[in-house]
Amino acid sequence: MKLSANWIRDFVDLTVDDRRLADDLTAAGIAVEGISGSGADTVFEMEIGTNRPDAMNHYGVAREAAAIYDVGLKPLSSFGLQASGASDPGAEAPSKSKKSDAALKRRSSTESPVFPITVEEPQLCPRFSARVIKNVKIKPSPGKIAHRLQLIDQRLISNAVDATNYILWEMGKPTHVFDMDLLEGGLLIIRKAKVGEKLKTLDGVERTLSPEDLVVADAKRPVGLAGVMGGYDTMITDKTKNILIESAWWDPLTVRKTARRHEIHTDASHRFERGADFESTVLSCDLVARLILESGGELIGDAVDVVSRRLDQAPVILRVSEVHRILGDHLTGGHIFHILKKLGFNLIPEGEEDAEFRVQVPSWRLDVEREIDLIEEIARLHGYDKFANTLPAFRGAVVELPNAAMDKAFRERARALGYNEAVSLTFISNSDAERFSSASVLELENPLSEEARVMRSSMAPGMLDMLAWNLNRDVEDVRLFEMGKVYELRDGERIEPERACLGTTISALMKSLPADAALDVSKGDNAAAAEAFRLFKGDVENLLAVFECGNLNLDRQTGEYFHPGRSARILANGAVVAEFGQIAESVKSDRKLRQDIFLAEFDLDVLHKLGPRRVEVEAPAKYPAVERDFSFVFSDDVEFGAMQRAVSELRLQVLRSFVPVEIFRGGSIGAGKYSILLRIKLQSDEGTLRDDQIAAASEQIVKALQKLGGVQRV
Amino acid sequence: MPYTVPKLTDYSPAALEHAAAECLRACSEEASAVPNDAELKAFRDRWMARKSGILTQINDLWLKGAPREAKRDAGIRMNELKARIQELVENARVTVGDLAKDSAGRVDISMPGTRRPIGAEHPVLRASREMCAVFQRMGYSIAEGPVVETDYYNFEALNFPPNHPARDTQDTLFIAGQDSKPQRERLLLRTHTSPVQIRTMEKLCPPIRIVIPGVVHRNDPPDASHSPMFHQIEGLAVDTNITFGDLKGTLDHAMKEFFGSNVKTSFRPSFFPFTEPSAELYISCFICGGSGRRGSDPCRPCKQTGWIEALGCGMVDPNVFEFVKDNGYDPKKVSGFAFGMGADRIAMLKYGVDDLQLFFHGDVRFLEQWA
Repeated sequence: MKLSANWIRDFVDLTVDDRRLADDLTAAGIAVEGISGSGADTVFEMEIGTNRPDAMNHYGVAREAAAIYDVGLKPLSSFGLQASGASDPGAEAPSKSKKSDAALKRRSSTESPVFPITVEEPQLCPRFSARVIKNVKIKPSPGKIAHRLQLIDQRLISNAVDATNYILWEMGKPTHVFDMDLLEGGLLIIRKAKVGEKLKTLDGVERTLSPEDLVVADAKRPVGLAGVMGGYDTMITDKTKNILIESAWWDPLTVRKTARRHEIHTDASHRFERGADFESTVLSCDLVARLILESGGELIGDAVDVVSRRLDQAPVILRVSEVHRILGDHLTGGHIFHILKKLGFNLIPEGEEDAEFRVQVPSWRLDVEREIDLIEEIARLHGYDKFANTLPAFRGAVVELPNAAMDKAFRERARALGYNEAVSLTFISNSDAERFSSASVLELENPLSEEARVMRSSMAPGMLDMLAWNLNRDVEDVRLFEMGKVYELRDGERIEPERACLGTTISALMKSLPADAALDVSKGDNAAAAEAFRLFKGDVENLLAVFECGNLNLDRQTGEYFHPGRSARILANGAVVAEFGQIAESVKSDRKLRQDIFLAEFDLDVLHKLGPRRVEVEAPAKYPAVERDFSFVFSDDVEFGAMQRAVSELRLQVLRSFVPVEIFRGGSIGAGKYSILLRIKLQSDEGTLRDDQIAAASEQIVKALQKLGGVQRV
Repeated sequence: MPYTVPKLTDYSPAALEHAAAECLRACSEEASAVPNDAELKAFRDRWMARKSGILTQINDLWLKGAPREAKRDAGIRMNELKARIQELVENARVTVGDLAKDSAGRVDISMPGTRRPIGAEHPVLRASREMCAVFQRMGYSIAEGPVVETDYYNFEALNFPPNHPARDTQDTLFIAGQDSKPQRERLLLRTHTSPVQIRTMEKLCPPIRIVIPGVVHRNDPPDASHSPMFHQIEGLAVDTNITFGDLKGTLDHAMKEFFGSNVKTSFRPSFFPFTEPSAELYISCFICGGSGRRGSDPCRPCKQTGWIEALGCGMVDPNVFEFVKDNGYDPKKVSGFAFGMGADRIAMLKYGVDDLQLFFHGDVRFLEQWA
């Protein structure tokens, strides 16, 4: 919102320059975000809070300046406005006294009105004022008006329309001008729209109205959408001779609903939604009339002013003690009185030793209703930076979230393993939701795009997108992890399970393989995939070791987006804690991924329940260990897991480890078989193992492996 | 073999000559092969140390033990020897040793180090963690809440009445299919972390101090400074005697802790439905030091104003307390302050990132800079 510094100075005599004025206004909450132009053409870019419609115009800002600098504010006046043949100079300054209200009412009720107006909705239109001017000349606005409006980026239309715009920007009250001769029946009715009724608004759009919409209508049809936009068919044109000026006070909620329903946001609706000044309806009509009359024409009769009900602005009690409780105790009653008085509040001291004030709120400050609202005004005008900085004492304790330590350990481990922490957006497409999870999902009513319609029910799509982002930029070695929530509906209730996701390219995995550490020494794609899988599985195991998982059980029941032969599900105590492995070829090709990708998904909710791993300490062995290697040939359908199970079932006290050392396929081994070199480590807590003990254990192990179909190579 | 001072029995001139020559030869040999500074110091100590250096030993063993008649001759020779050894020791320098012997085991120390990959903490989460830690040190506990919220927690209980224009500023993303529910139960994506204020006050009685990191969403198309998903850090302190000065002092301290002790703070009036008085906190630009310029160039982060908007804050509005009054939050008895800041924004400021989108691509070239 732009305002002219010079225009503000019309109403207040200031000695400070524009830059200083901008700084001081900003410090008082009337934010000047930028300054452009210079001299008389200096323009302030304003940022006025949604609660301060009174300051969204030049006079309102001048009022703030007057309070800040403690100087006088010049009254707004329609002085010089005179109806043809009448001696009444029209309304004077904002007329708030009961007496002048009474005078207005008497005029509009006892004399035959200049223009008949019927308000059928007194709750929604408590006040409707109007002015009639005749024999006007529609032409471009005079230079000063045009210049000022252009300065603040307002489009020029004609002197009559510009006059309403000028007054809106001058003192904040929206008004509207009708070509009076186009108003059928020579009357106006404020009523709800009828079902199916149509109105072509000033923007040229034909709108079908709702019975909830409040309209200004003539005898036949709606001619304006109350507080939002006037009608096209009754607008001012070159041919207009006679004008009806409207200035009303509309119910904020009704205006807001209508504006939203029809998706129109106007300067008028913006102000009416936030509450206009009830007392300025007649004055604004008069100010508009005077501007139009500068180009010729005559004022007809008195203002029409239909007041159906008055706005109730109850006085607010302000206790000095409450000011002190919220702001601290350095402001005296005298300070408080002076600050509020300058802003137009009327204060009557009450209570013992003026411990409180009865405060009457000015009509333009509908945002001030409570004691705390007044306290804010006091703090704002006093200057926030003048309050001393203090630190409060505290009687509580600092508590960590229950899973904080586990999550921290998980993050640290993932980073130590070389994975960068990433954050992806929480939206996924419907097709990804279906592909990557079986949960029922939460869809957005107003998504940013079709691709972002669903709240993620899996971390996998986001991870794959991030991996693709890197691969598409020739970054080949990528390791990423992300921790966060997924969003699901379970039994109709929304839940937000916590997940972690690990993603890496096969090239990054293979680079971490130490020289000579490859198990499968035969060549071939499968050998490389087996190594990559083992490397990735090691990372997964390292991460699971944060938690008290006990023995892990693996099976092959993974989601369809995983490669069926190169993925696994991990169970701890019967609960699924992770799925991991290479992604399926179809996913790889659909997402145009240029490398094999490995993905792991951790169910943090389950893992959190298992708790952090308890460290069970074992003293380092006292006696030397012995290693023995055995070379076997097995059929491909015997997996290492089977050998491991068979050996562990022997429950050998002295067996410390049983690991594969080398694998070979092809050559003399023959198809469907593989050679595997196995290494055992034997050790006793009681003494150095004797040869016969070693031989006995070895024999048992060899026998167990032979039982599985293994043929020992000697 | 390092040189050891022999005992003298023969004090004949020839024997003295020989002993002195041996000693000198040993010293000069050591002096010519000092591989480094530490050895140089050890060498000097071994020969010159007052208590048990070789010179002292010679004095003790050779001179004191000399027979009366040989004392004079021995004294002269010893002084001569002492002077020459002193000269040798003083002139000794670290010498490059035997080139041929060394280069056999020599490595090129200028070769790049092999760095095993270390993953980095995400910059936004790091900034968030560090900011939360500042408050944890001031007695704040971490609190959390759901991302998919109800209208009640995101708006109503925070003093955004239904149909209030202040709701327009929030650009809310709504969950589909909620029309049949009463408005306060309708689901949406929380637009700020403030709902956790209410949820926590429902659970815990005052006094409380909480800091709330979390993800929020708005219907903002992505650009350099907007994202439909971003991160906030919210704070709330409620007690019987919290004042506006406490709000200012707490945040002033936090900004100095996070951005550096040179940072100055300034509070400007603002509007939020759930706080009153409300303020925006500005910090003096820690990049240009508040001057608005960097050398001859304009300072971009502060738009040449010398000040950077850091967060919104204010005293908790009594209307908010009314919603949790039954849990001990009688607005007549307690007061408090709340604040909220964008974690992504403070990360951008702290690390000099000028495009918000960089945080969400997972581009390792960007992320690994924090490793």
